[in-house]
Amino acid sequence: MSVAETYEGAVTHQNASTLKSEERRESMTFFGLSLPAVLAILVVVFLPVFWLSSLSFYNAAGELSMENYARIFESALYRRTFVVTFQISIAVTVICVLLGYPLCYWLTKVPDRTAAILMVFVLVPFWTSVLVRTYAWLVLLQRNGIINSSLMSLGIIEEPLQLAHNLTGSIIGMVHIMLPFLVLPLYATMRSVDTDLVRAAVGLGSSPRGAFWRVFFPMSLPGLFAGIVLVFILSLGFFVTPALLGGGKVQMLAQRIESTITVYSNWGAASALGVVLLLLALAMIWLMNRVFGLDKLFMR
Amino acid sequence: MEQVGQRKIDGLWLTVVGTAVLFFLILPTLIVIPMSFSGASFLEFPPTSFSFRWYETYFTSPEWMSATKTSLIAAVLTVAIATPLGSLCAYGLHCSSPRIRSTAQILVIMPIVVPVILIAVGVFSLYAKLGLNYTLTGIVIAHTALALPFVIVTVMSGLQNYDFDQELAARSLGASRAYALWTITVPQVKFSIQTGAFLAFITSLDEVVISMLVSGGENATITRRMFNSLRDQLDPTIAAISTCLIVVSIAALIGVQLIGRSKNVDN
Repeated sequence: MSVAETYEGAVTHQNASTLKSEERRESMTFFGLSLPAVLAILVVVFLPVFWLSSLSFYNAAGELSMENYARIFESALYRRTFVVTFQISIAVTVICVLLGYPLCYWLTKVPDRTAAILMVFVLVPFWTSVLVRTYAWLVLLQRNGIINSSLMSLGIIEEPLQLAHNLTGSIIGMVHIMLPFLVLPLYATMRSVDTDLVRAAVGLGSSPRGAFWRVFFPMSLPGLFAGIVLVFILSLGFFVTPALLGGGKVQMLAQRIESTITVYSNWGAASALGVVLLLLALAMIWLMNRVFGLDKLFMR
Repeated sequence: MEQVGQRKIDGLWLTVVGTAVLFFLILPTLIVIPMSFSGASFLEFPPTSFSFRWYETYFTSPEWMSATKTSLIAAVLTVAIATPLGSLCAYGLHCSSPRIRSTAQILVIMPIVVPVILIAVGVFSLYAKLGLNYTLTGIVIAHTALALPFVIVTVMSGLQNYDFDQELAARSLGASRAYALWTITVPQVKFSIQTGAFLAFITSLDEVVISMLVSGGENATITRRMFNSLRDQLDPTIAAISTCLIVVSIAALIGVQLIGRSKNVDN
């Protein structure tokens, strides 16, 4: 900024107020450059979602009412959907933390070059289509799939386990899809932790485990928290994997919304479910913004 | 001494768990590749015979070919629209006042945050009014909105590391704003723009939920066809298609890396 200010000041001798109004005008011009993209997002994302949400406040006769909400909270079917959605999302998040935290911690311990190569094992799945990975799990988990057949040849089980087309399958598949979303922010945060602090703690007489829990772990929490929120939000609204690996027995919120519309054409109930899902997601994002700062997404 | 032993056990435990998790991530991702070359008419792993029959089925099926064409055209058009719009938006936000920027940033990442099923259902009903369902235009518009946040976020972080005084210096030496942007700023954030374009391409190519509702008929995308096919049965042709999708994604990723590297060498 300083170059331009000196330059403009020297040539035109403008006073502070004209400079200020000019700056404001310039700021608006810049925002103008952003307008096409912002408009596209408004029209494709905001407009339809608001319109959809508004449907939830009308009953079948077209009058303003809260009937749809009353129904989704009273109906056992919808209540069951909420319970299942939360159960799966919490299970997936917990498993992702249990698998992801040791992985990230290990990656900070190996030499940088090795860690960069090992990260490919996280990034390739991350960039591979969700459909492709779900398909792979369908094959692996099927009745005569490799997991059942190897467990049987090892003599661990006698009958093939029912792994796909149920809750177990949905959770396994979802953990595989969600794990990179936990690993990426967590690993980034862990790498920025100053390891000299841990070494100092050990030097001052702490046990390595004590130093880990009291020095390293607290400093890795922002990344862990960001990962947890990300995985939880994505799980709440996840469609593809539970739809395929759940085999119709596991109905999460997103599938219930889809089937309520495509099968029953009940837009009111579907949009009430949608509003609840949206509010949950926004609340999580708000929380994440408070604790972690969404700005961090834009700066690296 | 006891502590050193404890440390070794902790370290070993960490290595074992870390390696196991990495295998858990990578193996199911790549398992479709050997499966796609199986000669058996049902899905088996490990495959007992080798053949190209599933690739033959894929490449000779008019339905799969038309779906592939739709998906590729939609992805290329999404890149062509989302990359310039998103890059301009990132530049605009980077230069505008902090208050506008922070509001717009939240707005701009909404397509990632809002559950995609809601966008899909909303867009589906909006398109029903506009007659855009089952059209390529409809798919491209929706995919563009989904891809924009990725372009904007990557280009903005690129601009974050770029010394903006260079553009101001160019302008103070007589370059117009547009000329300075095009000849000074754009070349220096080229890698971010390319990464954004790659993300836009993958976003469109792999998108399932919106395509499932909005695409169809002659303009069904490959993901819609795959999803429907997987709902019914485990067709081994999907393994061949999946392998092709993986190859395209990895090729695009390597392509971006190579372009980025050659740019660095030039400098």
